[in-house]
Amino acid sequence: MRLSGRDVRCVRGGREVFSHLEFAAASGEVLAVTGPNGSGKTSLLRLIAGLLVPSGGSIALEGGDAELTIGEQSHYLGHRDALKPALSVTENLNFWRDFLGGVASDVRDTLKLVGLDHASHLPAAYLSAGQRRRLSLARLLAVKRPIWLLDEPTAALDAAGQAMFAGLMRDHLASDGLIIAATHGPLGVEARELMVGGGR
Amino acid sequence: MTALAALIRRDIRIALRVGGGALIGMLFFLSVIVLMPFALGPDLPLLARLGPAILWLGALLASLLTLDRLFTADHEDGSLDLIAMSRTPLELSCAAKALAHWLAAGVPLIVATPVLGLLLNLDLTATAAVALTLLVGTPALTFTGMIGAALAVTLHRGGLLLAVLVLPLSVPILIFGVAASEAAITGPLSFGAPFSILCAVSLISLVIGPFAAAASLRQGLD
Repeated sequence: MRLSGRDVRCVRGGREVFSHLEFAAASGEVLAVTGPNGSGKTSLLRLIAGLLVPSGGSIALEGGDAELTIGEQSHYLGHRDALKPALSVTENLNFWRDFLGGVASDVRDTLKLVGLDHASHLPAAYLSAGQRRRLSLARLLAVKRPIWLLDEPTAALDAAGQAMFAGLMRDHLASDGLIIAATHGPLGVEARELMVGGGR
Repeated sequence: MTALAALIRRDIRIALRVGGGALIGMLFFLSVIVLMPFALGPDLPLLARLGPAILWLGALLASLLTLDRLFTADHEDGSLDLIAMSRTPLELSCAAKALAHWLAAGVPLIVATPVLGLLLNLDLTATAAVALTLLVGTPALTFTGMIGAALAVTLHRGGLLLAVLVLPLSVPILIFGVAASEAAITGPLSFGAPFSILCAVSLISLVIGPFAAAASLRQGLD
């Protein structure tokens, strides 16, 4: 599987964010998108996810499921956690697993992997920022998707959490997954770097 | 199918929990109807004559009150991005969300109607007629309101805009809902004609609502 973008141009609110962007990533690879604030890292991830429409160029996936769009084969982990404060940790995860079409399984095992099994009955409103991030990561494990689009995945995670997450990414890469992550810090796995923007 | 069932279950659960919309709409409906006899005075024939219109207005405003959170809550916490990206068509997800909203916020209004009818001096036939028209008409209110809710997503604090956009669309529903209830109570028109039109309006909104809402959400995702 190979995900590539050719001559991609992104315009947001009448302002050109980036243009002539070329990138490619294959199965088992991590593409770390770096660049200063406002350079378009998040916009690039949203373009790939199909949440934004590119103003020029094209993004293509070779070797994926031809029936599905790139977004439908991807997990998107944005700044916002997509958690409902009124629902418990288990209910939140159960919902996303059912809605995104994961296999019905006990979510407790998934929660254990991200270190949240002790908090499974807590409403998500009481979780700390790091715990919320861990719960979002659990979504990536509960439903299998070959492409992970991660926006600042390690933000708010403690050292143990970052190590745990690096392990999860390694497992995903080992099963022929593909990761594109916008990041400022080290991810904990070997990654190719893609510099976005730079100028305004 | 499991995806839509999960979405409906989640939305109903959130609506029924503390801070959810179901209770707020219900309380609003109750307070409007309970205050009406105090405002209008103890003129029983007048109350009975205005009763259906008051119940309908209360239901319309109560459903508007909770509709503006239909998509904004999901937009703010990022859920809407994932819903739009998923393999479930956005149109179906919109329909499922509207259905959940109706089940959590619309059905309680219909259930409360017989009790509130007593306060407005409505007899059994009149109450039954109003409840029946509300049962047919409130889905139309939700499904047309959903279009406004989807448009308001991109604008922060779009609550007022929602009212401005949705109220004109709900005028036909209000007219035929009240007309049908009054026809059943006082005549001389037959109940069938306005009621059939109300049913038709409801069915049209069930079809158009999800498509229009999904289209405006796609435009608005940014």
